Amino acid sequence: MLKMLRKIIYTGTVTESWDAAPVPPRFRGAVTVAQNRCANCGRCAAACPTGAIAITGETLTVDHRACIFCGRCVEVCEQNALQHNGDYQLASLGEELQTRIRRILGRSLAVRHVDAGSCNACDWEMVALSNPVYDLQQYGIDFVASPRHADMLMVTGVVTRNLTQALRMTYEATPAPKLVMAVGSCAASGKTFGASYAIRGGADALVPVDVYVPGCPPRPSALIYGLMLVLDRLKR
Amino acid sequence: MLEYREVSPDELRKAAAAIHNGGARPLTAMFANDERGLDGGMAIYCLFADGDKAPFIGLKCRIAGEPWEYPSLAPDIPAASWYEREINDLFGIVPAGHPDLRPLVLHENWPRGLYPLRKDFDPRQPVAEAATDYPIPDVEGQGVFEVPVGPIHAGIIEPGHFRFSQAGENIINLEAKLFFTHRGIEKAVEGLPVADAFYRAERICGACTVSHALAFAQAVEGLAGAAVPARAESVRVLAAELERLYNHAGDIGNLCAGVGFAVGISHGARLKERLMRLNERVAGNRFLRGMVVPGGVAMDVTAALTQDIAGVLHELEGDLKGLLEILHENNAFLDRVNTTGILSTRAAVDLGAVGVAARASGVNADWRRDLPYSLYPKLDFKVPVYHSGDVAARLWVRADEAFQAIGLIRQVLYGLPEVGGELRVRLPELPAGASGAGWSESARGGNLHWLMTGKNSTVYRLFVRSASYPNWPAVAVAAPGNIIPDFPLVNKSFELCYACIDR
Repeated sequence: MLKMLRKIIYTGTVTESWDAAPVPPRFRGAVTVAQNRCANCGRCAAACPTGAIAITGETLTVDHRACIFCGRCVEVCEQNALQHNGDYQLASLGEELQTRIRRILGRSLAVRHVDAGSCNACDWEMVALSNPVYDLQQYGIDFVASPRHADMLMVTGVVTRNLTQALRMTYEATPAPKLVMAVGSCAASGKTFGASYAIRGGADALVPVDVYVPGCPPRPSALIYGLMLVLDRLKR
Repeated sequence: MLEYREVSPDELRKAAAAIHNGGARPLTAMFANDERGLDGGMAIYCLFADGDKAPFIGLKCRIAGEPWEYPSLAPDIPAASWYEREINDLFGIVPAGHPDLRPLVLHENWPRGLYPLRKDFDPRQPVAEAATDYPIPDVEGQGVFEVPVGPIHAGIIEPGHFRFSQAGENIINLEAKLFFTHRGIEKAVEGLPVADAFYRAERICGACTVSHALAFAQAVEGLAGAAVPARAESVRVLAAELERLYNHAGDIGNLCAGVGFAVGISHGARLKERLMRLNERVAGNRFLRGMVVPGGVAMDVTAALTQDIAGVLHELEGDLKGLLEILHENNAFLDRVNTTGILSTRAAVDLGAVGVAARASGVNADWRRDLPYSLYPKLDFKVPVYHSGDVAARLWVRADEAFQAIGLIRQVLYGLPEVGGELRVRLPELPAGASGAGWSESARGGNLHWLMTGKNSTVYRLFVRSASYPNWPAVAVAAPGNIIPDFPLVNKSFELCYACIDR
């Protein structure tokens, strides 16, 4: 008992602000394109494992929802036109998000997790949100055990055939007004593994999605950024 | 390159039993391959871990034509049961005489008679929704009732459906319906260049990222006959052991969640977070994605990183010891973990269990030592073995292994060949129609990738046997006899992946 108390006191408070974790130099965040250097050779688009790079005319665009942040495009670009920067705050709102819902939810949010076919990496990062370092509850956000208690579903993974019914039923069991967050590249795009007999697509192939959080997986602070965005609580 | 003894369907069962020899050489992988376009027929492959002369003894059984059928191995080798059910689901090859040939991978939504891993199945073809059945056996008797749980659980965990048959609080039988996250990855990589398929293989499972990347890369390198640069091998071991360490540290904390011991949960989660941040500094990704690549590694470990890693390990070592002391001395905690969820040595051997679960049940096996790969033969480490087979044994195996991992990381950090050496070799074109395997010991046990090449360095067939595959049936053996509130604890002590087996 004494050892336990000693360890608790010795460890002290480890909780930080959600955006306090430093971004290391090697971190692979948003892909930036220097259009003036781009030779339009198409190597990056051909190399991208998920087809996240599109070239229209002379403009190259990266769909961060489909990007798995593997660094291959940067590696194959001979012009050094592509770079990963340190930006992880890539969450974006879906078209249908109703500001009315945000007003109803106010300052608290109850979240239910649905694994629709994930590799478990996004799920572990969601678990990390409850660790003493991020302590998600300090923002009035809680994970709840039942969809009936939830305001929002956080969906991870591509939607598999075998989880289709579970995702639909969980969505239906969540009382309106409700929000859906697509967590990670699989849920946000459905393209990570290409076409498969066992995959339906991203989360929005089955349910309306209000917020997309890119990443493979998104780091915990990227998830909290997405939650803050949807609650309209980011400092402007 | 692997060698296979070719046997006819009639000889397969006897030949397999002779090699298996009561579990002396565990059945490590069993899978089918549609080779009708190659030399005609379907093939069944069995790989038995040996380690004496070659890592694996291989059997190949060619079935020339219909009926697609062979005599089941499951009556002699219980570990074959799941593999055979999977082959039946995905290829429509029937293991005649299988004692329990229910569907495994494909659920009620999949129409009968359609076999997605046959080559004539087009992965883009639309498959109509079906409503077949997925039978779960009944347990009958006075006062017996069922408790269905999942696939969506109360916590943030992966999806599985558990059906407990109960007499009061005691579990009589546990049926687990899994493969909910089945993504068909093995089919999705067919025809892709191996360099592209790699990214999908690396993403089979989050917590075993390095292990899968390594197994796949080694399979490719073996077929290419390429030697990985010495420095890259060191960095690979470093990444693999960092993966083991964050998994074990986190799993020790999670196990405390199984008994509601908040202090242990918090400290474990804090230690894991520290390691995840270290991973991000080392590889640019908290799950170490992007570090291992076919031919070597993508990034070096700089002098600054070496110092960073050494500093974190130094503090973590004492911190983790302190947490374990608290667990060792807490009688309320020990009461819950001792004698709970026992997996007997016999059951572990029969089911071909691997990794932490096997070593906690008296099975002295670790692929890093027994089927040496990468740099491990040159490194000094111990393989902890416990014999009680309970939750506590699995916990203490993890604890001991965490410190062994720290020792291994230090050995490679200080024994790294000179900076500036090559990190990655360019792989030549792979021979078409060749097959080989790569493997690695993940935090949960051995992962194996078997790869057969097509033309132009593409994947003809990939089979992935993850550590959790033989261990899941062991959970269903360890649970009965315990009270149902202890199931989360038993489950957490095995800490198996769903994504790994579902793939």
